[in-house]
Amino acid sequence: MTAHDHDHDAEEKGLALRVKALEQLLVEQGLVDPAALDRIVEAYETRIGPRNGARVVARAWIDPAYRARLLTNATAAIAELGYGGMQGENMVVVENTPQRHNLLVCTLCSCYPWPVLGLPPVWYKSAAYRSRAVKDPRGVLAEFGVTLAPDVELRVWDSSAELRYMVLPQRPAGTEALGEEALAGLVTRDGMIGTALV
Amino acid sequence: MNGIHDMGGMDGFGPVVPEKDEPVFHAAWERRLFALSQALPVSVPFSDDHLRREIERLPPADYLRMSYYELWLQAIRSLLAERGILPGGRARIATQPLLAPAMVDATIAAGATTRQPDEGVMARFLAGDGVVARNIHPAGHTRLPRYVRDKPGVVVADRGVFSFPDANAAGEGLKPQHVYTVAFDARALWGDDTTADRVCVDLWEDYLEAR
Repeated sequence: MTAHDHDHDAEEKGLALRVKALEQLLVEQGLVDPAALDRIVEAYETRIGPRNGARVVARAWIDPAYRARLLTNATAAIAELGYGGMQGENMVVVENTPQRHNLLVCTLCSCYPWPVLGLPPVWYKSAAYRSRAVKDPRGVLAEFGVTLAPDVELRVWDSSAELRYMVLPQRPAGTEALGEEALAGLVTRDGMIGTALV
Repeated sequence: MNGIHDMGGMDGFGPVVPEKDEPVFHAAWERRLFALSQALPVSVPFSDDHLRREIERLPPADYLRMSYYELWLQAIRSLLAERGILPGGRARIATQPLLAPAMVDATIAAGATTRQPDEGVMARFLAGDGVVARNIHPAGHTRLPRYVRDKPGVVVADRGVFSFPDANAAGEGLKPQHVYTVAFDARALWGDDTTADRVCVDLWEDYLEAR
């Protein structure tokens, strides 16, 4: 183990103690209930994640009327499938086409559409991603193994206000025979951020 | 404020490194802290504007060194001290009943929108209007990224009326106003040194001038 690992372990231990002390103090003051904290964690570890967004995408791929609703009033269309709430109160869905690719970022913090994608991965919150996504998005995409044709318009969405965005990826060729559930299985989290193709 | 958090367009942070099969949380304390951040605003009123303001006030070197949940821990402690919940000599604010376990799912589903009623709030701009992001550098919290200031763009959508973070974070009320998605030609932002085509940014009306 290196000195750096030791430092990291000590730091993590310190953070764990400080969070525990904070929770204890707030519980003693009657400001939080630990059982409520358990339920919040459970919701975000089991129910609220990118499988929800994948179902939205699959529905949009098979149902043109749903797709139209999703692109005009995303919040309501997503609610039709039972998703919404915290950090998804005002949703916008942007559609990838053969001519246009969309990429999402929050340069100022870590805004992300929780009800459909869950909590953001560490890289989405990283300085490396936030700094470059708006200036050199093709360079960022290359690090994800994605190369766009030069004539594809690359549009970056910086969620600097209280709108939350999701990308509707293009439906892969050769999937005409697949049902909604199988299609949802093809959709990845990164495909709905724009750092992957589906 | 012109803080380290306002990262759009900076160089030197290296490549983006995705983690394979990343878990939702990386440590037990992250679970507890995230849950605290969601449960606490029920009993001790604070908004995301306040949380972001506190994160942005951290010294830049600390901001870059800390993990995202560590930033949240620092910010929440500051907000609790400001509200007299943690020691620090401030008067304790009136608290509300806590989030009961049975209310968790409904609270998540309800969300906490900052959208305000549209009635009586005039929209100064329409989709298609040419605008310029104002060249302002407030010392307090703002959601106007530096990289668009003084740059010309086009309104592509009026997203409705929202509370204004600059005012709310400063304790000056909600100052409800329209938020617009403004599209900037990437070359107007970065000259030839960009691989983007358009960058769309959501901006409050007070950040914009007609051109």
